[in-house]
Amino acid sequence: MAKQFLKGNEAVVKGAILAGCRAYYGYPITPASEIAHAAAMYMPICGGTFIQAESEVAAINMVYGAASAGERVMTASSGPGISLKQEGVSYCAGSELPCVIVDIVRGGPGLGNIAPEQSDYNQVVKGGGHGNYKVIVLAPNSVQEMCDLGMLAFDLADKYRNPVYVLTDGFIGQMMEPVEFPEPIEKIPEKSWVVKGTDETSNNLITSIELDPDDLERHNQKLQQKYAIVKEQEQRAEEYRTDDAEIILIGYGIVSRILQTVVDKLREEGVKAGMLRPITLFPFPTKSMTKLAKSAKFFLTVEMSNGQLVDDVRLIIEGKIPVYLYNRMGGNVPSIKEIHDEVMKLMRLS
Amino acid sequence: MNNILKKSSSFYDVYERRPGADKLTTTYCPGCGHGVLHKLIAEALDDFGVRDKTIFISPVGCSVFAFYYFHTGNVQVAHGRAPAVATGIKRAHPHSVVISYQGDGDLAAIGIAEIMHAANRGEGITVFFVNNAIYGMTGGQMAPTTLIGQKTMTTPRGRTVKNEGFPICMSEIIATLKAPVFVERVMIGDTKSTMHTRQTVRKALKLQIEKNAFTFIEVLAACPSNMKMTPSRSKQWVKEVLADNFPLGVKKDISEEFEPKDLSRVVVKNSELHDALNLETAKVDSEKIAPYREKMINEEIKVAGFGGQGVLSLGTVLSEMGMRHNYEVSWLPSYGPEMRGGTANCSVKISKKKIGSPLVANPTVLIAMNRPSLDKFEHDVISGGLIVYDDSLIDRKPVRDDVEVIAIPATKLADDLGNTKAANMVIVGALIEYKDLMSQEVVLESLGDVLKRKNLVELNQKAIIRGAEFIKNLKK
Ligand SMILES: Cc1ncc(C[n+]2csc(CCOP(=O)(O)OP(=O)(O)O)c2C)c(N)n1
Ligand code: SF4
Repeated sequence: MAKQFLKGNEAVVKGAILAGCRAYYGYPITPASEIAHAAAMYMPICGGTFIQAESEVAAINMVYGAASAGERVMTASSGPGISLKQEGVSYCAGSELPCVIVDIVRGGPGLGNIAPEQSDYNQVVKGGGHGNYKVIVLAPNSVQEMCDLGMLAFDLADKYRNPVYVLTDGFIGQMMEPVEFPEPIEKIPEKSWVVKGTDETSNNLITSIELDPDDLERHNQKLQQKYAIVKEQEQRAEEYRTDDAEIILIGYGIVSRILQTVVDKLREEGVKAGMLRPITLFPFPTKSMTKLAKSAKFFLTVEMSNGQLVDDVRLIIEGKIPVYLYNRMGGNVPSIKEIHDEVMKLMRLS
Repeated sequence: MNNILKKSSSFYDVYERRPGADKLTTTYCPGCGHGVLHKLIAEALDDFGVRDKTIFISPVGCSVFAFYYFHTGNVQVAHGRAPAVATGIKRAHPHSVVISYQGDGDLAAIGIAEIMHAANRGEGITVFFVNNAIYGMTGGQMAPTTLIGQKTMTTPRGRTVKNEGFPICMSEIIATLKAPVFVERVMIGDTKSTMHTRQTVRKALKLQIEKNAFTFIEVLAACPSNMKMTPSRSKQWVKEVLADNFPLGVKKDISEEFEPKDLSRVVVKNSELHDALNLETAKVDSEKIAPYREKMINEEIKVAGFGGQGVLSLGTVLSEMGMRHNYEVSWLPSYGPEMRGGTANCSVKISKKKIGSPLVANPTVLIAMNRPSLDKFEHDVISGGLIVYDDSLIDRKPVRDDVEVIAIPATKLADDLGNTKAANMVIVGALIEYKDLMSQEVVLESLGDVLKRKNLVELNQKAIIRGAEFIKNLKK
């Protein structure tokens, strides 16, 4: 184990290289640019490729090529750039290509600003591009997890032959914390389906086109079956002081770090509060959520977006208990006090 | 021509991927240029013995189904993006022969950025650009190469310069770039021109096989269906009209002098990766940090000043040193345009407990390095907290009377040491001394590992000592 103090944006690249990723294609955008900087620094000397692409559109298609060729490959961007990548992500999902996309979310819509937001939730978690597809979405809340979940992303991508997002906000990308780096993985899994410019792979085809409706429906059904397995097997969530909790705060990314402090403060005051942090946003951690709903008086979802997360929570809870929303937008981060006061207000109401 | 008509072994014998009963003929219309070009390519792959090494990229357009026919690795891609995909593939497998095959809508309209940049990087790929002056697959709309006056579904009265501008000459454009090695415009018109095209296809592929050269072949071809012409009439049109607007010929050829391009990557063993990634672990003498093991530290520090005063690195040095004392630490910058010229600040947490929010709203310690920072953050400091400010730059005292205050002329002390920029480290020295946060010895020893600019280590060590002395004198 090697311990280093570094930015989330740098940790995700070093983790990726330890996970066997040897190709990075991306276009700069704040607050994700340090990912490109680190990849430019380390990919070539670790035996990989780094290209600053001409656009996010080109970048995701270079990723498509590298994934077709069997490489562990990544790209990274933020809001506007992710919007541009969506067509390519849909093609990757359709062609079942494993790849990792890091989204360091900034304020929107439009050019918005570069402060942290969580407003890419829908465009990432819901697929974003055209067609009936899903991507696996991991939501780190620390620099250590930028490394760990970044590495896991490559495993899941290969396991399910599917794009995997690492979705987080400008704060987690920009902040520095100590990280313990593991040893590199031994070797990446063999993939017999890729094109390598060899005789054995010269019968392989990477495509998403199926002209015949029956064929395309079968392909879609196969994808849906895969997503069902992902939903069953890959849900991840962190529960913090939930054992006897009557009030559950829900949030991911930077918000969960703040919620943790809020929970501690509430507990000191004798309020039985706990936190549920989705680590996977797809699959959504429905199991923990339904379990906690059995004993909680209410949920309070805290997010830096316009209720994109709370919609999903409400869909799971189906009105069994009240699910409230406290949110900030535009790059403002909810403070400990704001959330604390909101909980107090809701307790008086209920 | 006979060998062109014989089925090449780079084609499948039976087109199993083709839906429907007919597995022996292609989906192309009679007289379509795609079909002929496919044959020329397949024949060249046969003759060079590279079928197995070849990866064929089919675009969106009528040639989307090239993978029905070519018995090579096949990748079907999004509209216009073939050169980007080709880049990803070729970089992964430099030994492979990568063919990016595109129509005029695909390459010259939606995909113009990708082709320009792949060409400009000189990717080791071969581009076949079929210019039939129309969108075939979607039913005959205008292409960027549609001729002035040419009627299409979206130029029903003919293309006009006024509304659509001029047809775009891709070969001439690509030839202006430095990296492309061989650029030629050819046609599939009569037998003679097709035989020449055959030679050109071979030359282009050979240059990839032997030298990893970027080559670009524009092929003028017919789309009889959308031109509503017979196959033979459409070929005549290509020869007489299309070629008249798009001059045939070599646009660039530096193949003789072009040195083979080595695309192979460096080989790095797994055991060397930690070194390559600079993942050295900080070594700290546990004896020296022992006194701090039981200390109940829980500091939330806000560091603020002008950009350029080393505000952010003051924060990182404090946190990194904290990590070396086995504290939990986090550092969060204000980032973005604010940093450019204006003010900068960062939040640092140093604690014995796991850190929740890394954002410092109410600091236990405020380090203010300029007046705007003191003005902005003074009132956020918790009651009983500490304000450290540079009184060589800030012309007022804090007004709070419920906090401790240290006025330190950090900039002046740094100037005395010979470099204004060390003011931030003067403050580091002062703070750790005042709060007894860490071992000064460990901080001084580790400074070389922590600072990026190694030539400034000695100066900064002096600055830390100077800051600590200042506090010792105060305490006296
Ligand atoms: C993003 C996107 N926009 C539009 C289309 C529809 N489309 C399919 S093929 C095509 C034009 C193809 O024309 P060209 O590149 O000239 O190839 P040809 O069919 O003539 O060989 C268009 C616009 C698409 N598939 N994707
Ligand atoms: S529509 Fe035109 S380009 Fe398409 S196959 Fe027919 S002739 Fe060829």
